[in-house]
Amino acid sequence: MTTAPEGTALAVGQEVARRTVTVDRSRLVRYAGASGDFNPIHWNDRFAQSVGLPGVIAHGMWTMGAASSVVADWAGDPGRVVDYQVRFTRPIAVPDPGAADVEVVATVGALDAEAGTARIDLTVSFEGARVLGKAQAVVRLG
Amino acid sequence: MPVDKGFAGRVYPPTAPYEVGREKLREFAEAVGASHPAHTDADAARSLGYPDVIAPPTFAVVVAQRAEQQYVADPAAGIDFSRVVHADERFSHHRPIHAGDLLVSVLHVDAISERAGLAMVTTRVEIADAEGAPVSTVVSTLAVRPEDS
Repeated sequence: MTTAPEGTALAVGQEVARRTVTVDRSRLVRYAGASGDFNPIHWNDRFAQSVGLPGVIAHGMWTMGAASSVVADWAGDPGRVVDYQVRFTRPIAVPDPGAADVEVVATVGALDAEAGTARIDLTVSFEGARVLGKAQAVVRLG
Repeated sequence: MPVDKGFAGRVYPPTAPYEVGREKLREFAEAVGASHPAHTDADAARSLGYPDVIAPPTFAVVVAQRAEQQYVADPAAGIDFSRVVHADERFSHHRPIHAGDLLVSVLHVDAISERAGLAMVTTRVEIADAEGAPVSTVVSTLAVRPEDS
């Protein structure tokens, strides 16, 4: 078990974690079952195209969840993520066959010494473009 | 039918309790790639001071979306899911959700506004435990395209 990060060792702008996460169609089916979100735009190309999408897209909530684990692992304890928000700005079209690689970069956005927290800003991108906006997690420090 | 703005301000009765199970947390954690042992190994969770395995930060959406169904699935609300895009989501955790929790949710329709021709519908779900102590607040905004677009 890793120990919690300490505020004194952090600086605003510092990169604290980076990971590439991969999503394919089977991952979306798995997320649909785990989350209970069975919207067919996440598993049915015909339906997705009928509502104007290029094809099946990832659940925004999958992307949000996958990005949060990068912060949770850095924090050493997922329970230290006390606040987490995102805007969904661009869909991730998930190819078939194949997979989409999503890059997650976590940097320190702000430090609050009084509250003992750090705001971690997430840059989450696919094919070089951001898919989440204002992706911010507040982490309780050790 | 357009989105009925008259639903703004509405508060729904508390839901039936949602019982958080270890295997459900494992399934959700694996689906989002949350590999921290506190999600799947009770001893690892206990060593961090929790009574049992804890949920990943976004698991509360599973509980919240059940509560949101009371509103979004109501035909009178005018929310056609073939025209809906998820605009934003926010979780504020008072404490982590853990296996064994019995969670009760109260749904609030906080705002219905218009932005660039879209109806923006913001809901807030207040999740509490069996004792009534606050656990998580989940705020979600849906963007609903008008029928003729």
